[in-house]
This record gives sequence, C-alpha cells and structure tokens, in this order.
Amino acid sequence: MSTPDMTKPVAGGVEPMVRAENVHKSFGAAHILKGIDLEVAPREVCCLIGPSGSGKSTFLRCINHLEQINAGRLWVDGDLVGYRQRGDRLHELRDREVAAKRRDIGMVFQRFNLFPHMTAIENVMEGPVQVRRESKAVARERAAALLDRVGLADKAGSYPSQLSGGQQQRVAIARALAMEPKLMLFDEPTSALDPELVGDVLDVMRGLAEDGMTMIVVTHEMGFAREVGDALVFMDDGMVVESGHPREVLGNPQHERTRAFLSKVL
Amino acid sequence: MSDTEAGRTPEGTAGPSQAAPASPYEAIRAIPVRHYGRWVAAVVVVVLLGWLAYGFSQGKIIWSTVGDKLFDHTVLTGVWHTVLISVCAMAMGLVLGVLFAVMRLSRNPVTGAVSWLYIWFFRGTPVYVQLLMWFNLSLIFHTINLGPIYKNDTVAVMTPFVAALLGLGLNEGAYMAEIVRAGIQSVDEGQTEASHALGMTGAQTMRRIVLPQAMRVIIPPTGNEFINMLKTSSLVSVVQYSELLRATSDIGISSNAIMEMYFVASIWYLVLTSVFSVGQFYLERRYARGSLRSLPLTPWQKVRANLTTLRRPKVA
Repeated sequence: MSTPDMTKPVAGGVEPMVRAENVHKSFGAAHILKGIDLEVAPREVCCLIGPSGSGKSTFLRCINHLEQINAGRLWVDGDLVGYRQRGDRLHELRDREVAAKRRDIGMVFQRFNLFPHMTAIENVMEGPVQVRRESKAVARERAAALLDRVGLADKAGSYPSQLSGGQQQRVAIARALAMEPKLMLFDEPTSALDPELVGDVLDVMRGLAEDGMTMIVVTHEMGFAREVGDALVFMDDGMVVESGHPREVLGNPQHERTRAFLSKVL
Repeated sequence: MSDTEAGRTPEGTAGPSQAAPASPYEAIRAIPVRHYGRWVAAVVVVVLLGWLAYGFSQGKIIWSTVGDKLFDHTVLTGVWHTVLISVCAMAMGLVLGVLFAVMRLSRNPVTGAVSWLYIWFFRGTPVYVQLLMWFNLSLIFHTINLGPIYKNDTVAVMTPFVAALLGLGLNEGAYMAEIVRAGIQSVDEGQTEASHALGMTGAQTMRRIVLPQAMRVIIPPTGNEFINMLKTSSLVSVVQYSELLRATSDIGISSNAIMEMYFVASIWYLVLTSVFSVGQFYLERRYARGSLRSLPLTPWQKVRANLTTLRRPKVA
C-alpha cells in the first residue's frame, strides 16, 4: 500500500464518527487535556502522536468513557459520550447505559489485558456471549474465524501466558473485533512488543484499515502512520499542536514543537 | 499476513547448528566437598529423637486404649460434629467475607464504614469471648422478636450448635472479608478496563473477570483458614457442643484415660487436616489455570510418570 486510499471520505463531508469540542480533563490538580478539538470521519484512520504525557492515551480513554471528561463535548457516531442531553441540562448515564455504548467501540491496550484465566478463543468469545447473548456455538465459530483472520487459528486453545506478546496483542484485536465495533481505539498497541513482533500486529491493523474500519491509533510507529493513516494529529501538553495528512505533517511540519519531536523520533 | 514468530525460528537456526558437529570433550571428575557438618547435625537430631521416643515408651500410657477408642461411636460422632460445625462456619464465613469485602470496596461510604466496624469488632475480640457471649445471649434478651416474622425464647433458639455457628462463622467472616478484599485488589486494573471496554457491566466484570482471578490469591489463605477452623472448633466445647475434643475428653474423664483420649483427638485432628490439605492442593491447581505455563503434577501423576520412566528402556 504505497498510495493513500483515495476512496475514503475526508473529515467534514459526512457526520463524523468521533467529534471532540474543547475537551478538558484533569486528574486532581494535573490538567491533562486542555481543550481538544478533533473530528474523525467514518472509515478514517487517525493516528495520534506526541511525547509521553501529552495526553494522547487519556484522550483515547475519554472516547469510550474509561475516563470522564471535565469540560467540553465528545460525540461518538452522533451520541454524546457519557451523558444524555435533556433540554439544556446534561444527565450522567447509568453504568448499564455506558456499558451499552461501549459495545460498539473496540479498544486495544498497550499491555494487551487479555483475560489470563481464559484460553485465546474464550477471550474472543467472552464479549459476544456475555454482552451480546450469542449462543456459545455461534460465538465459538465466529471467534475461530477471527483468530484465523489474525493468523492464530492454531492457538485457539492456548492461554495468554503461553503466547508471545505479538500473539497476545493479535488475540486482543480479535477480541475487540468480535463485538463488531464501528470504531476501534488502539492505545500504543506495539509499544510493549519486541521489535521483531511489531510487524505482525501492524499487518493486522493495516488489514483492518483496508477493510474500512474507523480507527484512532495512538502510536510511535511513524512508518505505519505515514502509510496507513489518513490523518495525523500531533499533541503536546494536552493540546493539538498540528494536524493534517500524515505526509504533510511528517514531511513539512509547520510548528517548532512538531519539528523538535519529529527530529527525535524519525 | 506474515508467519507467526514460532514458525520463523527453525529456518533461521537450522543451517549452522546442524552442520557443525560438537567438539569432543572429557567430563570433569573432581573430588566432591565433604560436608562433615551435615553428618554431625544428622546424628545429633537422630539421637535426640531416639531419646524422645524412649521417654514416651517409659510413660504410663495405655496404648491399647488409644487403639480401642479411636473408632468408638461417641468419638466418631464427635469427629462428625467437628467437620459439620467447621464446614458450616466456614461457609458462613465465606458468604459474609465476600459480602463485607464488596461493601468495604464499594463507593458507598455507609456500607464501607459498616464493613470496617464489623471487621474491627469481630477480628478484634477473641473468638472464645464471642462464643460465650452468643451462648449467654438469653441473659440480656429473653426473647428474640423479629416483629411479625419470628418470635421465640432466646434459650430455645440459642442451642449449642447455633451458638457455635454464630461464634465461629461471624468471626471467620471478618477474616475472610480481608482475604477476599486482598484478592479482589490484587487483580490488575487493566482487566477491569478491558472488560468494561467490551461493554460488560460492573457486576458482569466482577463475576466473570475479577473474582475468578482473585480466587487464585484467595484460595491458599482460605485453605489455611479452614484448617485453622477445624482446630479452633475445639473451643466450642465451651458452649456445650459435643464435638471431637468434648467427646474425647468426656470419655477420658469417665474412664480415667485422659492423656490417651487426647491422643485419640490429636490423631483425628491430624487426619482431618491432612485430608483437607489434599483437597486444597487440587483446588489451587484448578484456579492456577492460565497463570502457569504447565500445571504442577498431582501426586498420582508423579507416581505414574516415575513408573513409565522406569519401564521405558533408556535410549543412548
């Protein structure tokens, strides 16, 4: 895949999958997000880059309400995240309602977070069986197909402790895909992997992008961002410094801070 | 999609390692260090043990009484009562433990404080005192009156078994609450997040993801608690419950074989604790699934593995 996929719609043309307006987030006195504005269109792959502590992961976790935002508005597929608006008042969503919203958003973690007491295929089946109330037979069949898709058909019966990091992360991707999400969030999916295992995980993600999945990827893999990404957002100190097409941002950064960061990582 | 990393290794290492033959070598033959200290220690310990055995052989112990009374009907009933009260009190302790652990960890400050108070009181006072208080409850409450649901005289309700169960069970609940809490808190935060990200609710996450993993941390101390319970249950003889210690010591006093009957009791306590230790091993093994690459062999599997290696001729 040497040229970007031109059939994908550009942000702004249609209802965005994710829209953030002036999002703020603090942990106690620490002000982590200082007004994030962002739009991600359906079928778009948006890569978030920036130094550690810049708020990339926190922002990602706000999108599926693992963190509650303190100010601003955040929409996923037209719905407010974590709140319901009645008139001009916001009501917090109940635990059950938040859970229901999260079904449609897949998330892949830096530390995999596979369930260690379940085999690979049981990990993938857990969401469909427990949340979507699928029958075990159907879920098992779909889980087997998903494991095959990430290249791990032969590891279905293995426990996470018996898998390498790269294999665990691919099971984690299959687990998220089993919920048939409309949006996938990746939180530094390759940062905890040995360099030689990174490629397999990126290949799976590339395949997902080609199939038209909407993805937000926090990453340090500039090669992936350049080749697969439709948009690149550079964050620093809780703010979006610069965003645009990956080639433009990486090739011709406009801001001093972007240039300083890229000179260290490229 | 590229191959798995396991598939790559043979390709990379196949060439050179197979081609190069191992160079000839001579095994080292050295004179091993003599551990004289170990010999001395072994001799001293054996002599002391022999001395102890000799001492017992000179004691006025009627060993035949021990053998005769081991399977006495009253003693067996005592054994059964010890098992019964221990299992019931432990079950009560487990249920209360999970309940109070969840209350303690909840964000509700009232349930948290109540749980703290419960643990503070029942862990902070001796179980012996608690047993006596339950047994003598009728001194301050003549009747137990639960409004329209239930009403009865306290003396009728507070049988020795009930007093023993409340005393041991409530005390155990306080210890189990802390064990369960430690287990729940030992589960990585990422597990909860991954479960939530899949769309599971808090209750589903607790039941399907957190508790099964907490079990691995909870079971070993719970096994210890149960073995402790088997022995602590001997205290309930104070509330007139005829468990093993009371049954044996009653016989001992009436037949003037006091020490012999304590031996009988000790033998049965050892049997019970040994049997439950074996059960604990298998339970721990079951909940270790996924955390170890290979499960520890059961004693039976070890025997079989040894037998098969004995039978199989060695291949050079």
